[in-house]
Formats: sequence, structure tokens, C-alpha cells
Amino acid sequence: MKPEKALIFEMSKPGRVAYSLPDCDVPEIEASSVVPSHLLRSTPAELPEVYEVDVIRHYTELSRRNFGIDNGFYPLGSCTMKYNPKINEDVARFAGFAKIHPYQPAESIQGALELLYTLQNDLAALTGMDQVSLQPAAGAHGEWTGLMLIRAYHESRGEKRTKVIVPDSSHGTNPASATVAGFETVTIASNDKGMVDLEALRAAVGSDTAALMLTNPSTLGLFEEQIVEIAQIVHESGGLLYYDGANSNAIMGIARPGDMGFDVVHLNLHKTMSTPHGGGGPGAGPVGVKSRLIPFLPKPIVGRAEDGAYYWDSDLPQSIGRVKAFYGNFGILVRAYAYIRTYGPEGLRRVSELAVLNANYMMHRLAPYFEAPYPGVCKHEFVLSGKRLKAFGVRTLDVAKRLLDFGYHPPTIYFPLNVEECIMIEPTETESKETLDAFIEAMIQIAREAETDPQLVINAPYTTIVKRLDETTAARKPVLNCTCG
Amino acid sequence: MKHRYLPMTEQDEAAMLETIGVDAIEDLFADIPQSIRYSGELPMSEALSEPALLKHMRQLADRNADFDRYASFLGAGIYDHHIPVVINHILSRSEFYTAYTPYQPEISQGELQAIFEFQSFICELTGMKVANASMYDGATALAEAAALASGATKRKRIVVSRTVHPEAREILRTSARGLGLEVVEVGFVDGVTDLGELQAAINDETAAVLVQTPNFFGLLEDIRAIEPLVHASKGLLVTSVNPLSLGILESPGVMGADVVIGDAQPLGIPAALGGPTCGFFAVSEALMRKIPGRIVGQTIDSEGKRGFVLTLQAREQHIRREKATSNICSNQALLALCASVYMSTLGKSGMVEAAELNLRKSHYAAGRMAEGNLSLPFRAPFFNEFVVRLPDGTDIASLNAQLLEAGYIGGYDLGLAYPELAGHLLVAVTERRTKDEIDGFIRELEACL
Repeated sequence: MKPEKALIFEMSKPGRVAYSLPDCDVPEIEASSVVPSHLLRSTPAELPEVYEVDVIRHYTELSRRNFGIDNGFYPLGSCTMKYNPKINEDVARFAGFAKIHPYQPAESIQGALELLYTLQNDLAALTGMDQVSLQPAAGAHGEWTGLMLIRAYHESRGEKRTKVIVPDSSHGTNPASATVAGFETVTIASNDKGMVDLEALRAAVGSDTAALMLTNPSTLGLFEEQIVEIAQIVHESGGLLYYDGANSNAIMGIARPGDMGFDVVHLNLHKTMSTPHGGGGPGAGPVGVKSRLIPFLPKPIVGRAEDGAYYWDSDLPQSIGRVKAFYGNFGILVRAYAYIRTYGPEGLRRVSELAVLNANYMMHRLAPYFEAPYPGVCKHEFVLSGKRLKAFGVRTLDVAKRLLDFGYHPPTIYFPLNVEECIMIEPTETESKETLDAFIEAMIQIAREAETDPQLVINAPYTTIVKRLDETTAARKPVLNCTCG
Repeated sequence: MKHRYLPMTEQDEAAMLETIGVDAIEDLFADIPQSIRYSGELPMSEALSEPALLKHMRQLADRNADFDRYASFLGAGIYDHHIPVVINHILSRSEFYTAYTPYQPEISQGELQAIFEFQSFICELTGMKVANASMYDGATALAEAAALASGATKRKRIVVSRTVHPEAREILRTSARGLGLEVVEVGFVDGVTDLGELQAAINDETAAVLVQTPNFFGLLEDIRAIEPLVHASKGLLVTSVNPLSLGILESPGVMGADVVIGDAQPLGIPAALGGPTCGFFAVSEALMRKIPGRIVGQTIDSEGKRGFVLTLQAREQHIRREKATSNICSNQALLALCASVYMSTLGKSGMVEAAELNLRKSHYAAGRMAEGNLSLPFRAPFFNEFVVRLPDGTDIASLNAQLLEAGYIGGYDLGLAYPELAGHLLVAVTERRTKDEIDGFIRELEACL
């Protein structure tokens, strides 16, 4: 068992340095000679004083207390934790991508603009949309951007539509984005097959409907079989259809949101397109639209002139404006482009087929031990319910913690909210049958332990650096930093 | 097809299909109506082998003028600073970059502690009590600060200085439409916020005053003079800052700011065409439960050992849904780590020295420019960026094209965002620029005029 890890601040010793800055080859003026004293610090900020070896060992030790995809299986539902290819990391670090300025003359960044232009077109083709903005920095940012586009579209037609409809299985960001975009959320219940209840939808739509936000396949891993009827109902009311692309890994090259009737879509490049999650970010959430919404896109998009030169196209007179400084998370867009080019269209289709095959295989093998509430075919992910284990005093949280002892990152738990004791598993296409089988065996063993020795599960984990943490005290008496506490 | 990222063999595929009880993968898609199936091959970029992809990406990269080959005097929100070598080694640890948000604290203590340290660094630098785990960038953080202020004060009027980054103000306007906020812009005198106009714009409906220092022109705003104007009407003072400048400049917390935001790009984050960078967001204790985004807190485990968890989650979208304080979910955690490693590496004395170097080199450059046929229109103190007035009729686009020919990435054409400043160039001089580069740039600039 490793001892507590010191904070970098606790390692400080006056007089040590870890930096080497350029020499001062200009006159060494004092700050006080050019800045009034009331705007200057009287004492330096109390930052740590360490040397380079301390920095390397400290962060290396922190990294060893962390678990990424490269450490093992990470079947976190709705997060698409697929392998993050190493070539993507290498190319994003090329000086020609990493060391360029957003305000450089367009002639001096033609390679970057060509990449963005091609990526816009590739993502438009993949989603069945007519144009794409690469500005949004994340999925939720894309949702908000998409809803602002929808708002601008309705307003341009002289309509004030105030409501956004979401199913009860939707991601929490959907209603939160609706609020930030100035809409009221209407949540509709799913039917007993986990699908949108058409009667509930018909009752909810009206002249005040701005949009329906839908994840398809849904967070239950189910394809909305009635999507054509759903689109018809929403469109007939004058509303638009918003596609939450979090689950796009299931349908690449197989079915496109644009062909299903969606008007606006976002993709999570940090899910479907393999860019790393970075411990919480950065991601990228490009937004695609049908032609009638193009005039409202954020400025600028990348255009290509007749002579082949690429340029920033700000000619969008009805644009909602900017949503992000500069041009989005370019470094992530470089990685996503490299990913698309490792597979091409045929390869991406195969990616989705295998993601779906892996998920169905796992669901069939686990269903006898954990209840599968929707036992038909699933798409790239599926949900189980741990409610059977409650009889033994074991909850889904305990199952998740016990999985840590087997060396796995647990699945998503307690989401979606409409499944009791929910366990949501997404294996992705980059995991082998051996990996899936070993995880399945661990899950089966834990289900048995729950029956025969529930305390073993309830007290897990045993092998981690810390035991279960006191989250209640953390929230009631917050200690949020080590300096000003 | 065989692919190096895909482990499926024919044998495995057959065995798995048999377990499921279907004949072919196609059967697993039977739930997708035929009418919306895509047939044929998508019109997308073709696949490339690993060597061909490397070559293609190299060719694209080589068509961009990068900081290794050109000396950059361009700032305006993104700067060419020295990035300590250790940073890339740490960010390349895949335990960090291939992890998700730390939902399972027992196996995420490394990331959680790193975020806790990031929050600590930001609090120490800004003089605030609470910082979050990051925002998308400084510009979106500004709009989030306006939203927070409106929620906290139950007011709808946002007063923003025109010296705030033009793109941040554009995002603010976009956000304000969604949130139903009124945005009032206040002009500038001598390059800094017009305090008379500011005072007149503030009323008892004002949720917040948004200022940036150093401002878009590189000039320091007098936060100490602005603070009483804002608080007299019980609005919140939101200050956007360059974190590197806080090596020598007084922290906004000490000067009375309620919310301090900014972009951590100067702290070791590559320019990368402007993203990904990392927004930071810090508030006074009173606003702790209103702050957007993830927050890490210290706690103990069941054996009494120190540990870290995501906390105060009752503010967030996955719990509160439509009642959340913000819709943010993914943030810029890896770049927050980058900024932390930078601040660990520079430490107490390095942050001061780096800030002083920026101040000295930019003042040397400004002094040299003022000696020739260029003039400095603004007198307010500046940090590492300043405005130069070019002779009447200078076409800045063609000037920058000529400078590029000579190996320099020129300044920002202020006429693009401020019509009244046509013919003015915003020049940034970081610690990376040598005296020779500065002298050479000025020589070339003067020769072009």
C-alpha cells in the first residue's frame, strides 16, 4: 500500500528551481519604473520551489495513480472509450500544427485550412448534413450551439418557439443546454420498449415546439425504430430535430442522421473519432446542419476559392455569432482527421459493425446474471439492471467498486435514470474477445459473490491506493485548494 | 478487413455471432428501417497506410508558417512563449491523456490531485478562494461569468468594456441572447476603459462589469479605480487576466474582484491555431456554490487517508439537468494539467522572472519603435503587448505579407475589430524574442513603410 502522495506545494524548498528562461539581452528595467506601484504585487505568489527531478517524479507518481485506456478495459457507457491511436498524438505535435497562430495571414496556414476544410466535408458526408462548423469545444457546447441555431432559424421566420422536448433517457447536458439557450425543457417518458412514446410526443408537440433532442441510438443502446414517424410528428408541428451524436459509434456508414430527418447534429470527436479524453477534456463537438440552417452557423467556416486557396469564410449574414475563441479545438481536429484517414469510409463502417457486435455479445453473456431490461438487439452499448442483487444488500455502486479489484474501469452506473440500479456498458470495437470474456467472467464472479458473500462486494475495493472516499464531508465542508482554504 | 486497431478475427466473429444466436452482423442492424439505411460508400477521404498518413500530415503541416521557422510578434490572446521541455513528457503519460473524467476516485487519484493542485495554483495566482477544474477557454469563461453574475444578483444587465478581447465580446453577445441578458459596451479613452462612461453605464440593474487587464491593447486597467464603481451598485466585478502577468502584477482578488477568469494558454500551452487552450474560473467564497464546471475537493477515505473527489456536484448538469448552473461537461483537463506543470516548473521565482522578461523585452521594443517614424498612441502602462500607430495609408495586410517574407509573423491589425484604430498594429513581444529578432523586426517594419 502506497503512502499518501505529497502535494507539489508540500515538496517546496526555498532556493530550488526547475526552469531555464532565456537570458535578458535588453535593458533590465524595473517593473516599478513603468507600472504604478498600486498595480504591482508586493510579494510573489506562493508557488512551489522545486527542481526538475521533483517535477518529473511528482507527476509521474500522479500518473501511476490514474487509470486510462492504455491501462486496461474501460467500458464506460455513452463515453466511447476506444483506443486513442498514437499516430494522432505524434502528428498533432508537428510544429506546423502546434506552433501556429490563429491570426496569421491565411496564406501562411494553407495546410491547416485544407485540413479543416476536408474535415468539414468528411463530417458532413458521415452525418448526411450540408455544412459543418468545427468551432464547438465539446458535446455540450455543440448542443448549445445547435440550439442557438434552431432559435435563430425560428426567429428569422417570425416564430417564437420556447420549448425543447427531450426523452427521459437523455443526457443531462440536453436539458441543461436547452436552459442556457433560453428554452424551457419538456421531458417525455419512454415507453416500455425504451423507445420514444409516440403518443406522449404527439401530446407534447405544438406551435411552441422549437426542437426535439434525440440520441439515436439512445442511452439505452437502442435504435429508435420509429425515427421516421418521430421526425414527421416534430416537423409537422414546425419544430426541428436535434441529433445528440454521443452514440454515433454505432451507425457510421450504416445510417446517417441527415437521412433519418435530423436538421442539426453534433458529433463528439473525443468519442467517435478516438481523440483522447484527457482526464475530462479537451474534446471537440462539431455541429452539422441541413442547408436551410447554414446561414445561421457560427462565423467563420473554411471555404475554398476557385483557384484552390482556402480562406476563412465569414459571409454568414444571419450568423448566431461566435461560440468559441478562434476556430475551435484545432489540435483535437487534427487528431480526428488523422483518425478518419486511418480508416476511410469502409473502415469506419466496419468500426461500427464491430462495436455493435461486441456489445451484443456481452449483453447475451451477462443477461443471465444481471437483468437485461431490453433484451432484443442493442447497438454499441447496452444497459443491465443490478436490482436482483439488492436482495443481498448489494447495490450497483458496490459492483462497480468490486470491478476495480479486477483491474477494470467500471461501466457507467445509475444512468440513464429510467433504469433501476442501472449498469451501462460500452465495450467499443478496439477490444478483443479475450478482453470481453475476462470482464464477463469478473462480472459473473461478482454476481456470485453478491449471493454468497455480500460483504466482500460491499466493502470493495481492496487493491486501490485509497478506499471508498467520504464524498459527503467533501461537499459539506469543502476543502478546494491547499493555499487559501 | 484487417486493421491494426481492430482485433476481430473470422473465428472470433463466428463464435460471437453463434453466442448471440444470429447468422451475420447484418442481423444486429435489423432494427434500423431500410428506408433510412445508407447504401454505398460515403464520399469521404480515403484510408491511408501509416507511412502514407505520416507523409500526408507532414506535407499539410509544412505548408504552415510555424514559430520554429518564423519569429512571431503576434499576440492578441495567443502567445509564443517558451514551453519547458518537461511538459510534453508529462502530458504524454497516457495514464493522464487516455483517462476519462475522474468519476471513479479510487483509480483516479492522480488526475484528481492534479486538478486540486491546479485549483490551488489558480487561487494563489488570482488571490481568489475557489477555482474550478477549467473551462473551454478564456473567452467562453467570460460569458459563463456573466451568466453566473446574472444568476447570483438576479439582474440582467451586463456592462463590458470595449477593451475586452473582441472575440470574447462576440461570444458574450451570442450567449446573452440565449440567457436573455442585456449587454452594454463601454468605450475607452487613451486605450483604457473610460471610467466616466463606465460609471454612467452602471445602474441598479447591473449584474456585472466585465473588464480585462492587461486589456486587448496590452494596457493595464486600473482595477482599483473600477472596483468601487461596481460595488457601489452591488454588481459583481469580473476581471479577465493574463495569468503570466500575475507573476508581477497585483492579484485581482486583492483588488476586489468577485470573479476572475482568463486563458491559461501563456502557461505552457501550444498556440495550435488557438486551441485547445484552457479557461480558468475563480470566485470569492460567497459564490462557491454558483461556479460552473467540475470542482475537486479534499476528503478522507474509510481508513482516514487523504484523498480527492469531484465535489459540489449538485450544481452540475448530470444531477440538476435543466436547473444546472451551466451545461458544461467536458472541459480542458489535460491543458489544466499542462498549466500546472508549467507553474510547478517556473515556481515562485520563475513566474516573476518570466513576467519581468516579457515586460522588459516589450518595453525595449516599444522604446525602439517610438524612436523611428512609428508612434505609440497610448500612454497607459502595459505588460508584453502594445499598440503602434503606422503612417497614414499603411496597408497592414500587405505589410504583414512582406514581414512574413522576411521571416517574421507580424502584429494584429486593430482596424479589423476597431474601425477607429485602422492603421494601428498590436505588437506582442514575449521572453522568446531576442534583442536581435526585435531589432531585425523593427528594421524590416520600417523598411516596409
